[in-house]
Amino acid sequence: MPQPKQHNRTRNVNSLLTVLFIVLSVLWMFPIVLVLINSFKDSGAIALTPFDLPTEQTFVAMQNYITGMNNGNFPFYMSVLYSTLITVLSVALILLCTSMAAWYINRVDTLWCRLIYYLCIFSMVVPFQMVMFTLSKTADNLGLNTPWTIPIIYLGFGAGLAVFLFSGFIKSIPQEIEEAANIDGCNPLQTFFLVDMPVMRSTYISVAILEIMWVWNDYLLPYLVLDRTRFMTIPIHIQFLQGSFGRVDYGATMAMIMMCLLPVVIIYIACQKHIIKGVLSGAVKG
Amino acid sequence: MKKAKNVHSAAAITNRSRRRSMQRYSPLFLLPTVIAFGIGFVWPFVQGIYLSFFRFKTLRFIEFVGFDNYTAAFQDESFLHSFVFTVGFTLVSVLIINLLAFAVALVLTKGIPGSTVFRTVFFMPNLIGGIVLGYIWKMLLDGLIIRFLDSTLALNATYGFWGLVVLLSWQQIGYMMIIYIAGLQNVPVEYIEAAKIDGAGNWQILRHITLPCVMPSVTICTFLTLTNSFKLFDQNLALTGGAPFRRTEMLALNIYQSFYNNVTNMGVGQAKAVIFFLVVVVIALTQLYFTRSKEVQE
Repeated sequence: MPQPKQHNRTRNVNSLLTVLFIVLSVLWMFPIVLVLINSFKDSGAIALTPFDLPTEQTFVAMQNYITGMNNGNFPFYMSVLYSTLITVLSVALILLCTSMAAWYINRVDTLWCRLIYYLCIFSMVVPFQMVMFTLSKTADNLGLNTPWTIPIIYLGFGAGLAVFLFSGFIKSIPQEIEEAANIDGCNPLQTFFLVDMPVMRSTYISVAILEIMWVWNDYLLPYLVLDRTRFMTIPIHIQFLQGSFGRVDYGATMAMIMMCLLPVVIIYIACQKHIIKGVLSGAVKG
Repeated sequence: MKKAKNVHSAAAITNRSRRRSMQRYSPLFLLPTVIAFGIGFVWPFVQGIYLSFFRFKTLRFIEFVGFDNYTAAFQDESFLHSFVFTVGFTLVSVLIINLLAFAVALVLTKGIPGSTVFRTVFFMPNLIGGIVLGYIWKMLLDGLIIRFLDSTLALNATYGFWGLVVLLSWQQIGYMMIIYIAGLQNVPVEYIEAAKIDGAGNWQILRHITLPCVMPSVTICTFLTLTNSFKLFDQNLALTGGAPFRRTEMLALNIYQSFYNNVTNMGVGQAKAVIFFLVVVVIALTQLYFTRSKEVQE
């Protein structure tokens, strides 16, 4: 037990730190609050006085959200739809295929399997710029440039990390339970889906979170691979709103940035524990 | 491969026959991933290395030029500048992010009230994508710079540099903090108690007990921030786009511009990409070396 005097001092330091951290947290959230405030102001006011609260003259209510959502020959809600479609399909495909591949690689363990495994690890190191041009050409040639087919590209480029993470867990599953299933007449498919899959639940969640964060936020890969005349994702759309033309509608951009932050914040608050765990397991990537 | 009969009879099940029976299922288990991996990684990678020795603008007309593209890359002033800029940026941001993240993690493991809320708040920016992040900070920083410094991010490369540092810190401090917290929670309490009884001060405990115990986390975080800063693209594109005059262009963006910004020979871009890849490999191998040498000690 610390002495009373020291105890008092630690308590004082702790309450001081709490106050400091409350201030820091408010500052930390300031950029997002600022976007929220500005999303209700007109474009001129955002450019000239970004830090002011909306006044009667500059307040435009939901106007920015309405124009942002519908404006142009490519409305924003289409980008939201395509982003969602691509993320859901890609992550589902990655989870199913790479977990099966990782299981097979670990259980069969031939020379070929090892080669594939080491190639997967190698691929985690390679920066996207290295394959950027050739990958987008290959995708074009094979017709993989639509939201329905781009998941194959994501499976290919994202396989490394997923196979690596699944392998790490599969090694720790005791093979005896699989042998038991085998004796009971399960073929490998049944063994995998009925015995291994349920055990790997938390690994699935971790990998899913990592892949969702990657695919949802990814800009360059879909920008280069997708047929941009027909499809956009949210990051591409935001970049398009800001960068491509002389006249920039700041108001609409702020509103659309808010629209992409909203689901992220809600999902984060809802499943924070899983997200932090998933991100920690991905930290080994390096 | 011979088909093994009676694979399902219990007596016949040895490890080897199980494997052989499994191998019949390889098309189902392995093939989808292997095909996609071939399309999405192996083939583009091999073709990328191959093309770095050619002069081309479209893939229909390619002309072998040996190492000319590499020579051109090293003579490209913008490439060398982006290299120096990236290295400088990486050093500064790795230092700042890790120091601050470690400090925050130290405070949050002390058990002050509200720790969980603070942790939630600090980690949040990590979930936002690079492009969106870039535009949020562009709006904020330009607002500040116009008001107090009478300039903009696009006009002054120094502001661009520090803007990128601030942006990346905001995004990554929370992430590194989480890793440091996990490391700090694994420091055995008995060690600290024993040191206290021996009369060690707070600083001494931090220096001689806590820090050595969290060295694995330090290694992970250092290399994560190192590779993340080195490979930065989206944030760079959105915040400064390289302005003014490609002075704030980092390596990844420079490579991108060498492909898609009206160039006559994309081979130079591909050669730059190979150089970039090799540097990243060196960083990764160094990490492997450090992690391995730690494992031996334990």
